[in-house]
Amino acid sequence: MKTKTVKRRALAPSRSKTPFWQLRLYVMDQTIKSQTALANLKQICETHLKGCYRITVINVSKHPQLAKGDQILAIPTVVRKLPSPVRTVIGTLADTARVLVGLDLRPAA
Amino acid sequence: MKLILPKSNGTAKSNPTAKLSSTSTRLPKCPTGIQGLDEITDGGLPRGRPTLVCGGAGCGKTLLGAEFLVRGATQFDEPGVLIAFEETEKELKANVSSLGFDLDGLVRRKKIVVDYVHIERSEVQESGEYDLEGLFVRVGHAIDSIGAKRIVLDTMEVLFASLPNEAILRSELRRLFRWLKDKGVTALITAERGREALTRHGLEEYVSDCVILLDHRVNDQIATRHLRVVKYRGALHGTNEFPFLIGDDGISVLPITSLALNHKVSSERIATGIPRLDSMLGGRGFFRGSSILLTGTPGTGKTIISSNFAQAAAKRGEKVLYFSFEESPDQIMRNMHSIGLRLEPLVKKGLLRFHSARPSLYGLEMHLATMFKEIATFKPSVVIIDPITSLLDTGTDSEGKGMVTRLIDYLKAGQITSLFTSLTQGGHALQQSEAAMSSLMDAWVLLQDYEGNGERNRVLYVLKARGMAHSNQIREFLISNHGIDLVDAYIGASGVLTGSARVAQGSLEKAAVLSGQQEAARLKREVERKRAAIERQINGLRSDYESESLELRRIAEQVGSSTLMLNTERTASGILRQADAKVTVDLRNNGRSGRKHQ
Repeated sequence: MKTKTVKRRALAPSRSKTPFWQLRLYVMDQTIKSQTALANLKQICETHLKGCYRITVINVSKHPQLAKGDQILAIPTVVRKLPSPVRTVIGTLADTARVLVGLDLRPAA
Repeated sequence: MKLILPKSNGTAKSNPTAKLSSTSTRLPKCPTGIQGLDEITDGGLPRGRPTLVCGGAGCGKTLLGAEFLVRGATQFDEPGVLIAFEETEKELKANVSSLGFDLDGLVRRKKIVVDYVHIERSEVQESGEYDLEGLFVRVGHAIDSIGAKRIVLDTMEVLFASLPNEAILRSELRRLFRWLKDKGVTALITAERGREALTRHGLEEYVSDCVILLDHRVNDQIATRHLRVVKYRGALHGTNEFPFLIGDDGISVLPITSLALNHKVSSERIATGIPRLDSMLGGRGFFRGSSILLTGTPGTGKTIISSNFAQAAAKRGEKVLYFSFEESPDQIMRNMHSIGLRLEPLVKKGLLRFHSARPSLYGLEMHLATMFKEIATFKPSVVIIDPITSLLDTGTDSEGKGMVTRLIDYLKAGQITSLFTSLTQGGHALQQSEAAMSSLMDAWVLLQDYEGNGERNRVLYVLKARGMAHSNQIREFLISNHGIDLVDAYIGASGVLTGSARVAQGSLEKAAVLSGQQEAARLKREVERKRAAIERQINGLRSDYESESLELRRIAEQVGSSTLMLNTERTASGILRQADAKVTVDLRNNGRSGRKHQ
């Protein structure tokens, strides 16, 4: 995994009304928890936000000063920067229902 | 070779063992720089290990942490990190600046890093496993950025409120403290006091090297903060509860040195300002650094003698600190002026300082703390506490004795002479009522009233004076408008005579002496007169004798001349009768016999 992995998808016509989602995933090197979290997050986004999201992965061990900005304590943490307000989910994101609640993401019909 | 080898072995062996034993007995300490805390902990917190500071709300945990960092950065050149979970950087800076700490400046000079760690439970959703690597990274980054040697985690327990999964949190905290220990930073972790355990969430399980408990207690409507070292692994420490103050220059725990009785003593003597009292004390006054108790019933002149003592010391150029618990400085100065003691110039010169406070202003410990602080800042060589009794009334007897003990120990350690006045109620057995305190005192001067002949008179005597020959006599002392004067009291079969009775006795004796003198003078005059009479008589007799002998001579001369005349006449007649030869012989014979007869 790289320090920054940017994933960008072309706008899908089906979800044109949904705003653009900007997510940050804070990880610690290539731990299993971090990898699981990224995989889980990708899967959730693909399912519910296909085409209108961007995930920035930040390795806090390389950029410790960035952890301060988003008040990161727990690893892994995903922060929804956009749309505001900021929302945070911590953990491996194994429990999809909780992630959806945490990110205030309405499941796609 | 065989002879040399064991010798060289022996010397090589003895050195490392000596070194080892000296280092093993003393755990490396990290001085806090906080007044008194280093004394209690015998040098500071355990270096490179975490220390837990727990206490209820408002007992000064954050402040203790902040001062630990600030003092470390300014006094010991040890940069520090403050991880704040409760207060933002801005709030913290404002809060500690009220204690005169320039946190902002230290942050700018990269001596201190403040990191506000905030996590809002309502904004955080938990899903799956996690760890607190983020916190580790932040702490690690902060430590590495300035090469910090100290870290304060101010209130960790906020995390328990923010993170729902306690199991993860606990294991992560354990890991954090371990990690900090491995990094070799001296950590100070604050935590809320729990109802049964030391901390609400049992943090003491993880931090086991040193635990300090802070407490803010209200007793009789008087609140006092206390500090106690509950645990200090591998080191000696004071186990008592020590009161502490948050003053305008930070925290000061009472610098207690009463753990041992090993103060140095001086054999220098200092005058009391009352020459006759000095002479009662072996002629040279009290020992420097001794503790003196001055007891007396109301109105016996305790304050006056204290003021005299203060003035004498200040005039020698020594600093005097006068704690007054009943009168305001102005009042004391005015009153002393009336007996000719001028204290104002000494106050203006900075040699005499008054500290007046009502005893009920705060608790005994707080009084002690403020007194210690005053003494530490003013550095007097004489301290007067007037009166100690009204101060002791605010606490129980044992508390009072403890306080006096600590105060005396503190003063003695600094070779400060202390004078305590003590008010005894009329009718009490003096020795009994002062039993608790008197054993702590080196000298005890008693002031008393003597009633009789319709008047009250003051007397003074030295009840005890350790290490010096002192007078056993009772002296009456007079307060006039030019100060104190000690006079001998008359002691006889009828008891002590004071005041006008003493004066009456004095005049009786004077009259007796006078009459004796008069009698002697009379006798002398008598003898003189007699001598004069005798002399007169002698003179009379002598003049009688002289006049008689004169008469006799005169008669003899008359007889002589008449004989001569007779002879001349006879010769003349002989010539006339021409019988010259016969007549000349007769004339010669007659002349001889006449001379012979005379």
